[in-house]
Amino acid sequence: MAKKTTKTSSPVLPDPTEIIEEILAKYPNKVAKKRSKSIVINDPEEKSEVQANVRTIPGIITQRGCCYAGCKGVVLGPTRDIVNITHGPIGCGFYSWLTRRNQTDPGPEGENYMPYCFSTDMQDSNIVFGGEKKLAQAIREAYQIFNPHAIAIFSTCPIGLIGDDVHSVAKEMKAELGINVFGFSCEGYKGVSQSAGHHIANNKIFSNVVGLDDTIRDGKYRVNLLGEYNIGGDAFVLEKYFEELGINLVATYSGNSSIHDFENSHTVDLNMVMCHRSINYIAEMMEIKYGVPWFKVNFIGAEATAKSLRKIAEYFEDEEMKAKVEEIIAREMLEVEKALKEVKPKTEGKLAMMFVGGSRAHHYQELFTEMGMETVSAGYEFAHRDDYEGRHVLPNLKVDADSRNIEELDVQKDEAKYRQELADKKAGLVEKGYTFSDYDGMMPEMKKNALVIDDISHWEAEKIIEFYKPAIFCAGIKEKYVIQKYGVPLKQLHSYDYGGPYAGFKGAINFYNEISRMVSATIWSKLKAPWKNEPVLVGKFADAPY
Amino acid sequence: MLRNIEHKKSEYTATRNACKLCSPLGASLAYKGIKACVPIIHGSQGCATYIRRYLISHYREPFDIASSSFSEEAAVFGGQKNLNIAISNIIEQYKPEIIGICTTCLSETIGEDLNMIISDYKAKHASEDLPEIVHSSTPSYQGTHADGFHETVKSLVAGLAKKTEPVDRINLFSGFVSPADLRHLKEIMADFSLNFSMIPDYSESVDNPNWSEYKRIPDGGTPVSEVIESANAYASVELGYVFNKGYKAGRIKNKSQEVQTAGEYLESKFNVINHQTGLPIGIKETDKFFDILEKLSGNPMPGKYEKERGRLIDAYVDGHKIMFGKKAIIYGEEDLVIGLSKFLAETGIDVVLAVTGGNSGKIKPILANSNQNGQEPMTIGDDMDFEDLADIAKDLGANIMIGNSKGYYIARELKIPLVRVGFPVHDRFGAQRIHHLSYRGTQELFDRIANALMEYKQENSAVGYKYL
Ligand code: SF4
Ligand code: SF4
Repeated sequence: MAKKTTKTSSPVLPDPTEIIEEILAKYPNKVAKKRSKSIVINDPEEKSEVQANVRTIPGIITQRGCCYAGCKGVVLGPTRDIVNITHGPIGCGFYSWLTRRNQTDPGPEGENYMPYCFSTDMQDSNIVFGGEKKLAQAIREAYQIFNPHAIAIFSTCPIGLIGDDVHSVAKEMKAELGINVFGFSCEGYKGVSQSAGHHIANNKIFSNVVGLDDTIRDGKYRVNLLGEYNIGGDAFVLEKYFEELGINLVATYSGNSSIHDFENSHTVDLNMVMCHRSINYIAEMMEIKYGVPWFKVNFIGAEATAKSLRKIAEYFEDEEMKAKVEEIIAREMLEVEKALKEVKPKTEGKLAMMFVGGSRAHHYQELFTEMGMETVSAGYEFAHRDDYEGRHVLPNLKVDADSRNIEELDVQKDEAKYRQELADKKAGLVEKGYTFSDYDGMMPEMKKNALVIDDISHWEAEKIIEFYKPAIFCAGIKEKYVIQKYGVPLKQLHSYDYGGPYAGFKGAINFYNEISRMVSATIWSKLKAPWKNEPVLVGKFADAPY
Repeated sequence: MLRNIEHKKSEYTATRNACKLCSPLGASLAYKGIKACVPIIHGSQGCATYIRRYLISHYREPFDIASSSFSEEAAVFGGQKNLNIAISNIIEQYKPEIIGICTTCLSETIGEDLNMIISDYKAKHASEDLPEIVHSSTPSYQGTHADGFHETVKSLVAGLAKKTEPVDRINLFSGFVSPADLRHLKEIMADFSLNFSMIPDYSESVDNPNWSEYKRIPDGGTPVSEVIESANAYASVELGYVFNKGYKAGRIKNKSQEVQTAGEYLESKFNVINHQTGLPIGIKETDKFFDILEKLSGNPMPGKYEKERGRLIDAYVDGHKIMFGKKAIIYGEEDLVIGLSKFLAETGIDVVLAVTGGNSGKIKPILANSNQNGQEPMTIGDDMDFEDLADIAKDLGANIMIGNSKGYYIARELKIPLVRVGFPVHDRFGAQRIHHLSYRGTQELFDRIANALMEYKQENSAVGYKYL
C-alpha cells in the first residue's frame, strides 16, 4: 500500500458491497434482512439511513450489555458518594463492581463508596416470597456502616417479575433514615441495550436529585460537563483547562462526581455535552425546566479540543477568556505537533476501525485523522439513529415496542428557578449563527464508502477484518482476543487498555504514542493472518488511489 | 494438637463485595469443555455479556456465549420464541455438535420448562440434522458459580449418558480448575496407562495456541460420544467434596430434587463405581488421588511422580523456616478452600481464616476430621463476603493472603502479599496456566507462597539482604 503523504488527493475508499453480501449470505433470510438495514455504506451526500437501537437477534453474539449495566454501571457507577445497592441475585452486582475504571478524587477526607459492591444477593426464598424486606434491611445496613448522604437502588431482571416495589421501599427508607433514597427500575430486559438504562438513570437523577440545592457557587461562570466518565483520568485533564479559564465546573456527569454537585447542577450557565447518547436527556430536561442551554463538545483529539474551548469562550462572549483559550491552544499545540511529527511516519496511511459505545466510535475518529490514519469502518454498540445521522432525524424516529416502555418524563418550566437571561442569551447567539442543542452524528464526518455497522456481531467483525486488513481495531475486552487471533492489535476504548488519559491535548499525545507503538509492533507480523494467502483482496485494496 | 476451628456467619443481610460469582458463569465454562459446544444463556443478554466479559478477562481468549436476549415481552410471556431463534442462529453460524443451554435467574423465575421447549424444537426440526441440545438449571439464587459448574457437568451426563456396551475407560470429573491443571491431569492419566474421558475438558478451548486461521469454535473438548458413553465406563473419579452442594440454605422450588453430582448420578443410575476425593492439593490429598489411580489401573505410581512427590517433601523441609508459623487467609470456592487448607497445614502455615461465598456447611466437618495442626485458632466463614473477611482480618495479624484477584484490595490495606490462585485472576498474566493440582501444582504453589513471603521480608528489611 502506497503511503499517503499529502492530504491534497482525497482518498477513495473501496466499495464494500461485496463484503456486505458475503456477510449476509451466512444469515438465515429473516436475519439477513434485518441486519442489512444496520450495515450501511456511507455517503455524506446522500445521507444514508442506519437502523439502530433495535433488539439484538437472539443467538447473535453481541457487544451489548443490559439496561441495568447502562444505569448502574455507566451513569451512576462513577459517582463516589452515593451508596449503590443492586437489588437482585449476586451476579449482576458482582459483574458491575468497579469494572469500568472510572477514576475519582474524593480528597483526603472525602467519601468514596465506589470500591463497594452492595447486593441484596437474592436467594430462593426471596424470589418466592419477595425481597422488599431484605432490601429495606440492606439499606439500613448501608446507612449504619457509612452514614451516606444518599442511597440508590438498582433493580435487576428478576425484581420486576416478582413484583418488588423498589420505589415504595425507597420512600419508606427515606422517611425512616432521613436521607435521600431513590430506586431505579432498570431491569436488564428493558429496552435493547445499555441505552435504556442511561435514559432511566437520567430521569431519576433529574427528578430526585437535580435542583435540591439552590446555592449559587463561586465564580464568574459556572458550567456542567455532561457525558464524561473519567475513564483513565480524562476528566482530570479537562478540569485543569476550565480552572485556567476561570470557569467553575459545578458537576461532571458523572466522572469524578459527587451527588452534592448534581443537586446544585441546575444553577449553571451552560451544559456541555460530551457523550450525547448517554446524557442528552438531562441536558434537554434542564433546559426546559431551568433554561440552561446546551451544546455538544468533544475533547477527544487536539483539534476537537481547541474547537470546543473556542466555542465555550465564544458562548461567554468574554474577550479575556478568548485570549486565554488561544494561549492554552498555542502552548499545548506545540507539544501536540512535536508528538505528531514523531508518530506520523509510523501511522500515516494506515487503516483503523472502531466499534464501541455510543459516542467513542465517533470521537476517536478525530484522533486517528490527526495521525493521518483512515477510519474505514465504524459503528456504535448501543447508539440511536441521531448519533449516526444527526439530531435532525429525531422527529422521524420510529419508536418500537422495546423503547416505548422507557418513560419520557413530562418536564415543565420551573417558573421560580427558570433563567430567562440564559434563554435570551441563547436566542441572541442563535441569531449570530451559533448552534445549540445540536449534534450532527458520526456519518457526515466519515468518508464516502466507509462502512457503518450498528451493533456489530462477531461474524461481521471477522469478515470486515479480512476485507480491510486494518492496522488497528478498537473495541472492548470481549472482542480483544478474537480480533488479536487475526493478527490485528485491538485497542480497548472502554477501559483504555488500562492506560489513558486520552482527552484534551495531553491525552491526545498519549493516544498517538500508544497507537503508533501498537501499529508498528513487529509481533503481529509473526502471526499468519488469514488473508496472507489472498493476494486478490490485497491487490484490490492497494488499487485504491492512496 | 488439633486446631480450634470456629465457624462464623456474616452479621449482615446485604452482601458487600461478594466472594462468589453467579451460576451460569460456571455453567458456560463447563459447556466450553465439550467438543464443538456453543453455550446459550437463556435470559436477558446482559448476563451473557457480563459473564463473557469476566471469563475473557481471566482467560484472555475468545469466549463466545450466545444469549436468547429476552425482551420485556419475553420476560412476561416466556422466552420460547427467543430461544428457538437463538438455537437456529447458533446452528447456522457455528455448526456446533452440541448446544448447551443454561438458565438465568430471570428464566428460572418465570419457570421456563426447558425440557418442553427443547423437545418442541426438535419436533419442529425433525427433518434436520440437529446437534445435541442439553440444558442445565442454574439460577444464581440457588448457588454460586461453582454450583453452576458442577450442576452443568451433572446435567450433561444426565442428558446424554446411555448404557450400551461396556468400555474400558474411566470418567474423570475434574472440577473448576485451570486449563493447566486439566492438561496435567491428562498427563497423569496417560502415565498410568489409564483410558479415560475427562468431563469437561476446556484445557484447549479456553487456552488456545495461536491459529493460522480463525476458528469459530476452538479445538479441544470432550467429544459428545464420550459423554454418552460415560454410562459404560467401569468407574468414575470425581475431584471435590462439595461440588454442586454449595447451597444448603434450603431450596424452595426444587427442594424435592436430590442434588447429585455427575459421578453420583452415573453410579445410582448405571452402577458406574464412583470414587470421590478432594482436589489433589498437598501431599496427602494428592496421595489419595494417586491411590485411586493405582487401584483402577493396577499400575504403581510412575517413577516421575515419585520423584515429584519426593522433591515436594524436600521443599517442605527446606522451606519450613520460611513457612512455619506464618498466618494465612485463604478464600474462594469451597473445594479450593478445603484443598488449600489441607495443603497449607502440611507446610506449617496456619490458616487463620478461610472464607467462601458458598454455603454447603461442609468445610468445617471436613477440616475438623483432617489433621489441621497449628498454633492459632482457625475461623471458617461460610456464605461470607470480602467485607466480612476484611472485618475479621483486621485483628488477625495475617502474613499472607491466598485467593483470587478480588481480594487484592484487602491485601493492599493489610499491606501483606497476595498469592493469586483460582478464579478470577485479572490483574496478573497467565491465569489459565496457574497449576494448582497434584505434586507438581502443589510445588508451584509452595514456591510462589514461599517467594512471596521472602520478597515481603526483603522489601521490608532495612538492610536489603541478598541471601535469604
Ligand atoms: S440475573 Fe442471575 S444469572 Fe444473570 S447475571 Fe444476575 S445473578 Fe447472574
Ligand atoms: S439479570 Fe438482567 S440485570 Fe442482571 S445482568 Fe442479566 S440482563 Fe442485566
